[in-house]
Amino acid sequence: MMALDTVAVASATPDIKQPWRELGLKEDEYQRIREILGRRPTSSELAMYSVMWSEHCSYKSSKVHLRQFGEKAPKSAALLVGIGENAGVVDVGQGYAVTFKVESHNHPSFIEPYQGAATGVGGIVRDILTMGARPVAILDPLRFGAADALDTKRVLPGVVAGIGGYGNCIGVPTVGGEVVFDPSYIGNPLVNALCVGVMRHEDIKLAKASGAGNLVVLFGAKTGGDGIGGVSVLASETFDDKKPTKRPAVQVGDPFTEKVLIECSLEIFAADLVVGIQDLGGAGLSCATSELASAGTGGMRIELDRVPLRDAHLSPEEILMSESQERMCAIVPPEKIGRFLEICQRWDVVATVIGEVTSGSHLEITWHGDLIVDVPPRTVAHDGPVYNRPMKRPIDQEVLLQNNAESLPRPKTSKEIADAILDLVGSPNMADKSWITEQYDRYVQGNTIAAGPSDAALIRIDEQSFLGVAVATDCNGRFCALDPYQGTQLALAEAVRNVAVTGARPLALTNCLNFGSPEDPAVMWQFAESVRALADGALEMGLPVTGGNVSFYNQTGSTAILPTPVIGVLGVIDDVREAISYKFTGIKEFILLGETLEELSGGEWAHRQGHLGGIPPRVDLQRELSLANFMNAQRDYIAAAHDLSDGGLIIALIEMLLQSKTGAQISIHGDTFMHLFSESTGRVLLAVDPKDANYLVAQATQAGISTTRLGKSGGENLEITGVETLSMLHIREVNQRTIPELFSA
Amino acid sequence: MRVGVVTFPGTLDDHDAARAVRYAGGQAISLWHGEADLHDVDGVILPGGFSYGDYLRCGAIARFSPIMSAIVPAAERGLPVLGICNGFQVLCESHLLPGALTRNVGLHFLCRDQEIEIVNNQSAWTNDFAANSRITIPLKNGEGSYQCDKKTLDDLERNGRVIARYVGVNPNGSMNAIAGITNEQGNVVGIMPHPEHAIDSLTGPSADGLAFFTSLVKSRV
Repeated sequence: MMALDTVAVASATPDIKQPWRELGLKEDEYQRIREILGRRPTSSELAMYSVMWSEHCSYKSSKVHLRQFGEKAPKSAALLVGIGENAGVVDVGQGYAVTFKVESHNHPSFIEPYQGAATGVGGIVRDILTMGARPVAILDPLRFGAADALDTKRVLPGVVAGIGGYGNCIGVPTVGGEVVFDPSYIGNPLVNALCVGVMRHEDIKLAKASGAGNLVVLFGAKTGGDGIGGVSVLASETFDDKKPTKRPAVQVGDPFTEKVLIECSLEIFAADLVVGIQDLGGAGLSCATSELASAGTGGMRIELDRVPLRDAHLSPEEILMSESQERMCAIVPPEKIGRFLEICQRWDVVATVIGEVTSGSHLEITWHGDLIVDVPPRTVAHDGPVYNRPMKRPIDQEVLLQNNAESLPRPKTSKEIADAILDLVGSPNMADKSWITEQYDRYVQGNTIAAGPSDAALIRIDEQSFLGVAVATDCNGRFCALDPYQGTQLALAEAVRNVAVTGARPLALTNCLNFGSPEDPAVMWQFAESVRALADGALEMGLPVTGGNVSFYNQTGSTAILPTPVIGVLGVIDDVREAISYKFTGIKEFILLGETLEELSGGEWAHRQGHLGGIPPRVDLQRELSLANFMNAQRDYIAAAHDLSDGGLIIALIEMLLQSKTGAQISIHGDTFMHLFSESTGRVLLAVDPKDANYLVAQATQAGISTTRLGKSGGENLEITGVETLSMLHIREVNQRTIPELFSA
Repeated sequence: MRVGVVTFPGTLDDHDAARAVRYAGGQAISLWHGEADLHDVDGVILPGGFSYGDYLRCGAIARFSPIMSAIVPAAERGLPVLGICNGFQVLCESHLLPGALTRNVGLHFLCRDQEIEIVNNQSAWTNDFAANSRITIPLKNGEGSYQCDKKTLDDLERNGRVIARYVGVNPNGSMNAIAGITNEQGNVVGIMPHPEHAIDSLTGPSADGLAFFTSLVKSRV
């Protein structure tokens, strides 16, 4: 084994060849590290810089665009903690603060679906916990390749089992998300996970190491050799026998340890024992120590040999880069360390003091007394490279827009329209997803008011006052492919509408931007347009962007995924007992809010015809806002409401009828097919007590919202003028069989 | 009426069980796995979750915890004990109830609103139900298939020790569609679905589960 590469050794041997290229650094990036340090980096420093300057950690390709979220930020009294911390925090009233964030775990979930998805959940839950909050809900926006593709049969069941296996075991309800199939995701499935956490205002914690003499404590699982990506390259370069050490690149999760870590941490927070805290996620200790020090006063000394190990043979470089799960790093004043360790012991959580905050400005890490890292932490954590990548609207974008779905041949006869309805109802994207959602515990914690297939998940956060929050995630990648600007605002509009139809007031948004390679100018153009659209849209709607995540390189060869900027919206409702349900009982009248235009391009019907082209539906964010205000103001008069999105009116109506276990008699005036299948945005289907119908129509008209009275519920059939009658029993059977047939072993 | 709710590391539904006790009019007392002390409670609930990560076998490690060393003899002397889901598994591992809970037939975790029939309304935890009540409460577990040998099954059936059965399609492959059983004295009950998640139709599919808790609380007022 080669000798330890200390700072002294590095200074004395400036010309040693280092594996910076294998670690993913560019030559100028390596030269910059040498400039910063005034010498070559030690192998440990090289390891730290390489992971922290990676796309994933440094946002080097996206940073120049993401700045718009700050520049265009709307004034919001609700925002308590903004972008830059582990997760944003908003004020929801009554002294409560809510934090929420989405992250991607796309690549690991393709390689090892179960562990990839499981640790994706674990990671986002720790991000939320780190803010001082109790995690109260998980939502999972998922995208897979074609439903009947062989690899989807491998990936989907593993991902679903992984989300359930982890989420169910840590006692946080999984209450929503999306499952969407499109051939573009084959080889690049998207596994995004959103977590919501709740705390009192005074309990908010930040990732900051301040106060010289305060102790740095590592607690949770021991450090192992899992999740070491690039470092195996480095290890193989430094071992004499030249054999590469093959460490698994995908982390392995232990939800039991996470559950205990959650309870232990919340007890520690309640006793007010930490001045700063950070979870260990991507880039492990490298990230946690450099970020904590950088956000604080800068000085920190770590004795790396004190880190408890699962594998005693790990090198210091590997320890620094290990992404072993279920670990946290806290900054604890010395007078509180006794109590801190006592609580950890009560929960059988391993806790070790590994260093202290110093009055200096460098992060110093020693290995059995030898200095192996001596860096200004800001240069590692925050001053990474920034790229202004070239971007270019593809030449064939115009051809794509010209080829619209409105000119496709349409079903005309009552039989043809009925067949098109059944085809859509049984299509993988529209089919019942119970086979998936039944693998998730939606009840634990006892505060779930509504979970998927509800438009938004609804969680009670106070048992006395019944204060609650609504959360939804959305994105139609096909719309974004046709027009990334409009598509992104459509995703924002839909997520806002999903929250609004529960009667909740939309308050803030987060995002997970899934794209192809930033080195492809066409992808970079999509990304830039998407960010611009979201920043503009957030400003127009007055919703602060509380944080986000970027996932690039979702691409196989030259084929990128559909641009998929998943938008998560959080809303608040003062009393969850007043929330609007998505199902009803008894005979109700249906009222459609909003205008229906001839908009089929990028929609589900076109997708079923194998068509992608044309201009996506128009979006009017002001109209969405008046719709949201209307829903909030009239919630007492609305029996049930369902947002219109994928599949248009016909799917919204059928979903509501299936949930409410009844049929309906519907009259359509004008082009039946167009009214049923158009995906015009800004529309909501209401089910109301017949005696309230006139009142609501009048109120909507006054609010400038157009209304269409569609008919009544009742009976066992779906009767629509101009469409052959369908039995609800048959519709239900077609809707429910698709997913189990595809994925039941 | 003081009802103890045990927390093992990995227990998840302890807050929900405590809430159910309060809704039923009782006082919920938190019991810690590491202490062999029952704090003078009048009954004990072993809630759902994954005690000790359910490593080795569901409930197998919890059985050896200090709190179980206090619960087992007390239960044998007649202390009412209700094991829900993982708690049922712990009761089987502790031999307070016969049989075992194995992997669901579909091999998946299953969370759904499940109809069950209360077929014994004489036990300490079911006496507030009308005979043959049909109720809907959440089922949520991966290992809920009740299995035992034939002699035990005959014994359970003959002596009315099956307290609840699944109605309709058997969700997990349990023998005789068994959802819950009791011991000979009727003070120890194990139930796989979750009555504590059906105490209020706002957060659960119904309020049908509350009667499990009122059964105990009312009996000792």
